[in-house]
Amino acid sequence: MDYWATQTAVNTLAKHTNAEATEINAAVQVRRVQAADIPYVITLDTRVTRLAKAEYWNDVFRRYGEQRRHERFFLVAENPEDRADSRLLGFIIGEIRAWEFGSAPCGWVFALSVEPKMRLHGIGSALLEAISGEFKKAGVGKMRTMVARDGRLPLLFFRSEGMIAGPYIQLEKDLD
Amino acid sequence: MKLQISSRLAIFAVLELTAREDRQLSVAEIGEKFGVSSHHLAKVMHVMGRAGLVRSIRGAGGGYQFAGNARRTTLLDVAQLFEDLSSVEQRTGAIDATPEGQTLNGVLNEIDDIARATLGSITIATMRKLIDRRETGRAWPRKPSPRTSGTSRTPKSRAITLFREPN
Repeated sequence: MDYWATQTAVNTLAKHTNAEATEINAAVQVRRVQAADIPYVITLDTRVTRLAKAEYWNDVFRRYGEQRRHERFFLVAENPEDRADSRLLGFIIGEIRAWEFGSAPCGWVFALSVEPKMRLHGIGSALLEAISGEFKKAGVGKMRTMVARDGRLPLLFFRSEGMIAGPYIQLEKDLD
Repeated sequence: MKLQISSRLAIFAVLELTAREDRQLSVAEIGEKFGVSSHHLAKVMHVMGRAGLVRSIRGAGGGYQFAGNARRTTLLDVAQLFEDLSSVEQRTGAIDATPEGQTLNGVLNEIDDIARATLGSITIATMRKLIDRRETGRAWPRKPSPRTSGTSRTPKSRAITLFREPN
């Protein structure tokens, strides 16, 4: 995954009850990204990662929002009842890739971000469900992602969605 | 990877408590479910009580309740109350200072890192889903649909609209 939101460490071992934050105050609509969404994507990403990268997101929009849309999915979540106040609740990006690493075609999710104030409200789940549906409609039966070992919140999220360790091990090397 | 028996008992106990959140369970009830001694389990529950993971309710009908957040408490959180999983095992013998020892330790450290990350990625709530799926043979259970606010008339089942193309 080439992008993950920097998340605040969570150390809530015994501080909250199970009833914490299970309600949502807004309906969620997931749809394909539009050009008008990109400033909001950039704003959300900058706020979360504290690293502005407008050029990157404009390029991602061109490649994943406009090209090869049958196998590339750049989706956004919004509250259709309250567009003025909360234009973008989150986004997810993925694509179908085939025969790389010896793998049959599968869907790869490589970016997911949710408005920090709206986390634990089912928005990430809605985004993942939407892109899962698109992958399935496109004919693949497997979805993968990659998460940093110390990325506690993304790991917890994907595990809670039923994702488990896959058959590959990621390897890397410093280039001298 | 192996977990110590205390860690395993603690995880079983927490899973049992979160499966029956509507009432307290005694040490004997939990022990009976998993066929373990109440004596050992009582010590485990005491440690978890001190850590704030469970609370003891006294009196008739009393017992233990889970006091943590099942969506945030991981297997690692529970296990490391009973064993040191937070750092790489100390390997400080003379042989560990040799290039062979250092190289082997590097490999073992990789394994430790992955094991720790795996335990740290699975919450009690996720475990309960996995257990439910194993027991029922059903597909991955869906989360309850996010709800609209109390004043909205939007039906719960329509609270999320997936993938509507823009107008």
